[in-house]
Amino acid sequence: MSTILVVAEHLDGRLNASTARCVTCAKTIGAGAIHVLVLAEDPAGVAEAAARIEGVSRVLTVARPENAHALAAVLAPQIAAAARAGYSHLLAPSTTFGKDVLPRAAALLGVAQVSDVSEVEGPHTFKRPIYAGNAIVTVEAPADALLVGTVRTASYAAAGVGASPAAIEALALDVALPSHTRFIELVQGASDRPDLQGASRVVSGGRALGSSENFAIIHALADKLGAAVGASRAAVDAGYVPSDLQVGQTGKIIAPELYIAIGISGAIQHLTGIKDAGTIVAINKDADAPIFEIADYGLVGDLFTIVPELTAALG
Amino acid sequence: MKILVGYKRVVDFNVRIQVRPDGSGVVTEGVKLSANPFDHIALEEALRLREKGIASEVVIATIGPADAQAHVRNGLAMGANRAIHVVTSAAIQPLTAARVLLKLVEKEQPGIVLLGKQAIDDDCNQTGQMLAALWDRPQATFASKVDVEGTVARVTREVDAGLETIEVDLPAVITSDLRLNEPRFIKLPDIMKAKSKPIETIDFASLGVESGDSLKTTRHAPPAKRSRGVMVKNVAELVSALEAKGLIR
Repeated sequence: MSTILVVAEHLDGRLNASTARCVTCAKTIGAGAIHVLVLAEDPAGVAEAAARIEGVSRVLTVARPENAHALAAVLAPQIAAAARAGYSHLLAPSTTFGKDVLPRAAALLGVAQVSDVSEVEGPHTFKRPIYAGNAIVTVEAPADALLVGTVRTASYAAAGVGASPAAIEALALDVALPSHTRFIELVQGASDRPDLQGASRVVSGGRALGSSENFAIIHALADKLGAAVGASRAAVDAGYVPSDLQVGQTGKIIAPELYIAIGISGAIQHLTGIKDAGTIVAINKDADAPIFEIADYGLVGDLFTIVPELTAALG
Repeated sequence: MKILVGYKRVVDFNVRIQVRPDGSGVVTEGVKLSANPFDHIALEEALRLREKGIASEVVIATIGPADAQAHVRNGLAMGANRAIHVVTSAAIQPLTAARVLLKLVEKEQPGIVLLGKQAIDDDCNQTGQMLAALWDRPQATFASKVDVEGTVARVTREVDAGLETIEVDLPAVITSDLRLNEPRFIKLPDIMKAKSKPIETIDFASLGVESGDSLKTTRHAPPAKRSRGVMVKNVAELVSALEAKGLIR
């Protein structure tokens, strides 16, 4: 049986939910064992959280001051060294973290990478989207080489909490780390709303909002629902909201249970980012907007009337 | 300083992609081909760095079939000084592309390699990271701002958590995100001028690159379609529909 190594994503001492989604993908590969690798300055808290994920049998930690920030040039040689210890598969989430670091590790290992695994057909056979999700390809990787892949997190639910936590082991890696790449700062959107990538409900606004100030009605509805706030590329490009709220092919690909698209016409790039959502609600004044072609519930009308009314109706 | 820019030809982003009925691929016959939008942005950034006096020369590199010459000329018309066209009819995979680019890097010794963060055909998002690994140099992916001072580049990156700024020693690989800049339009005189700019063609086989194309694509399929739902008349109907599905309250 194969043993799969999953690279944990974390920030500020907290494990990102994308890691548990990767574990679910690893389970469908049919692993004999699933290990999680935590690279951090102080990995204790993240490792404990990873150890509680159902299906994880071991958590490996590497504590080094250089790992204080997720710099691909620093992490990749450690990931490659860890993966050489007889693993059959090396997985990371297809978030900006995984997209940045995993190809670098794959190249160090001299193997190809399967990006954005959306379905597992066999231990070395996967489905993945290309052309912004307009085609799905089946890809076969050689069975005799380490399989490196990023997991499209919207395709997998997060694995639950296991009955008993996995063992945590410190891993000693003899790897020289470069100093040519240095972290300066991370400016995060200040928000106490749920994280867009993992939220079960998302309310998104488009260009029709017309201004940054007008986004207040989106925020009010999101707060009433306990939802994360998203936006179309048009709204981001117009400067109404920061780029980390962008939903779509070039932004975040999400799969909430409930997605409410407000004043979003539904360009193909946006639809690619939401097609795995449970229920899609569209509110738009243009009855012919493409968003209605994929919405489960559509409501035609002026968003400046409908959205406050909806917020009020939710009590 | 010299900047090397990856400049791939892909199916134009406005083309509605259709999967062949036999699942052997997507229809590419008779469709418009253009520069990968992220490569277009990468080239624009390189030109701006030259205009600021930071770079002295911008070289574009295309790996593609012989008929990609017109595409290469477009890159020259946009403002690149010269081009390298590695000719192959095969659709090579990212690891091979990175190995080819490494050969060009060894030959050209650029201070910066600017690539698109991903190509919009295979959507792999790997080549820049792989090149940086093989070259053993820094990478700054998903760049939305690039400031170069001396031998250091300060790059702001669009990451899921927000905007991250890192500092990298040059030479380095930088990959462009969507908001790095808005590329210029090509003017007619530039198209005329581009005709006399040099294109070096290199046969792929002559580079002696070990192929990394180990993945086999066995089938193409159209994506599962979401079907059109119902139109509700007002907010009250919407609320009761969502309540009935247990999605609210």
